[in-house]
Amino acid sequence: MANLIDIKGVTHAYKTDNGPLPVLDDLNISVPEGDFCAVVGPSGCGKSTLTRLIAGLMKPDQGEVWLHGERVTSPRSTVGMAFQNPVMLEWRTILQNVLLPLEIVPNKMTKKQKEERGRELLALVGLEGFEDKRPSELSGGMRQRASLCRAIVHKPDVLIMDEPFGALDAFTREDLWQTMHALRAEEPFTGVLITHDLRESVYLADEVIVLSGRPATTQHVENVKLDGRTDLEVIYTPEATEILHRLRHQIEIAQGRAKDEEAA
Amino acid sequence: MKTFRKIATPTLAILIFLAFWEFIVWVNQWPNYKMASPSDLIPAYTKYWNLFLIYGWQTLWRTVVGLLVAVVFGTLIGMIMGFSRTMRDALYPLLVGFNAIPKATVVPVIALILIGQHDLNTVLIAFMISFFPISVAVSIGLSTLEPEYRDILRSLGASKWTIFWKIALPKTLPEFFGALKVAVTLAFIGTNLMEIVEPHGKGLGHLFDSGKINADYPLMFAVLIALAFLGILLYYIVVALEKIFAGWAERPQG
Repeated sequence: MANLIDIKGVTHAYKTDNGPLPVLDDLNISVPEGDFCAVVGPSGCGKSTLTRLIAGLMKPDQGEVWLHGERVTSPRSTVGMAFQNPVMLEWRTILQNVLLPLEIVPNKMTKKQKEERGRELLALVGLEGFEDKRPSELSGGMRQRASLCRAIVHKPDVLIMDEPFGALDAFTREDLWQTMHALRAEEPFTGVLITHDLRESVYLADEVIVLSGRPATTQHVENVKLDGRTDLEVIYTPEATEILHRLRHQIEIAQGRAKDEEAA
Repeated sequence: MKTFRKIATPTLAILIFLAFWEFIVWVNQWPNYKMASPSDLIPAYTKYWNLFLIYGWQTLWRTVVGLLVAVVFGTLIGMIMGFSRTMRDALYPLLVGFNAIPKATVVPVIALILIGQHDLNTVLIAFMISFFPISVAVSIGLSTLEPEYRDILRSLGASKWTIFWKIALPKTLPEFFGALKVAVTLAFIGTNLMEIVEPHGKGLGHLFDSGKINADYPLMFAVLIALAFLGILLYYIVVALEKIFAGWAERPQG
């Protein structure tokens, strides 16, 4: 299968008053079409920079980012984004918020088709009946659901999520994980999920990429195929636990707390 | 019931205030040149009602025009400062300095530069005194826009203009209206400064002046109350506009 996302030898540094601050160092990531890839790593290792690079919001100092066989040099409408802070336009209703990308991205949908599409998506994430509410009337979890709808309403090839569930309580987060699976079943997309939560990465992703500490490079790639199961119980199976242990160990290496025995 | 309460509460407050004022004057037995009482004002209004209408209109329209210019110019400066850090650093001290100059001292200068252009003079002072809060509010509103807002649209390939129109502008409206409420009252001060310091036979300021010259003290107080009334009127027009354009920012009271 062709790779939808190809990140080749990307190196990037931020300019600061104390000289350049390298965040990414010769990073290589490939995500096949339709796959869901989770990126984990220590705090401040450049994960968010990675999302901005894939989205074309910034250019790397060195290396190349390819989407769909095209080199990314500027933002493109085939990308959808969701952030930890589910920013909503407070002056619009939930439905109008979800439809925002369709106002920017060229498309041939009529107003009615757009509305139908928005309502369908909202129903899919359990927000039926909230279409005409204002964002301020929704809880954090509901806002994040709406923000996911907004991220995929224009049928992007790639959904980039930067810790979308990070600010939610544990139970809401688990609800949202299941919503993600429901969405993927209905709406095929290739996903990149930045997260701090190893259980989340194992439950949602097909592969988990562990980044090393700053400057980040690909330290470990873990294939996570849990027999296609999408129920929450799967996290507590022995296979999942074993994967979690391996990932935990890799994170400790990345943090510099454990030695990489394979390398040594 | 809700609208009734909304109108009745401030009306009652005004009546209580007037009664208290009347009472204070009566208790102290102040003559009307020291402090006119509300009951002294009624004859002033009935006697000069046509003058109040003519002069009141002159004051009102010049204030509104000054305010409109302040909105356009203030928003423009605010946008420049909100989008460019360099321009913000460059313009802030100039604006603050300009705003710190007492406008009463600017009045004669303007009156000299644009001699005879009374309407223009008055509008200019109303504008100068009221654009500062608008500029500051717009620039703060724009410069504090969360980066995620911009990224959502930018990642879809939206132009800068689209981002401004769809997000930055509506997001700044609550701050803008907050500043406009301050600017409304300031603009009245500006108009009257010109009308009183450089009298040119127009506006409520002129009526105030003629009250002073003729020792008609109740008339002077009546002018002040008329000005207050116009101020309240314009303020509530702004409140109504705010409800229409930025009503979403109001949270239900819990």
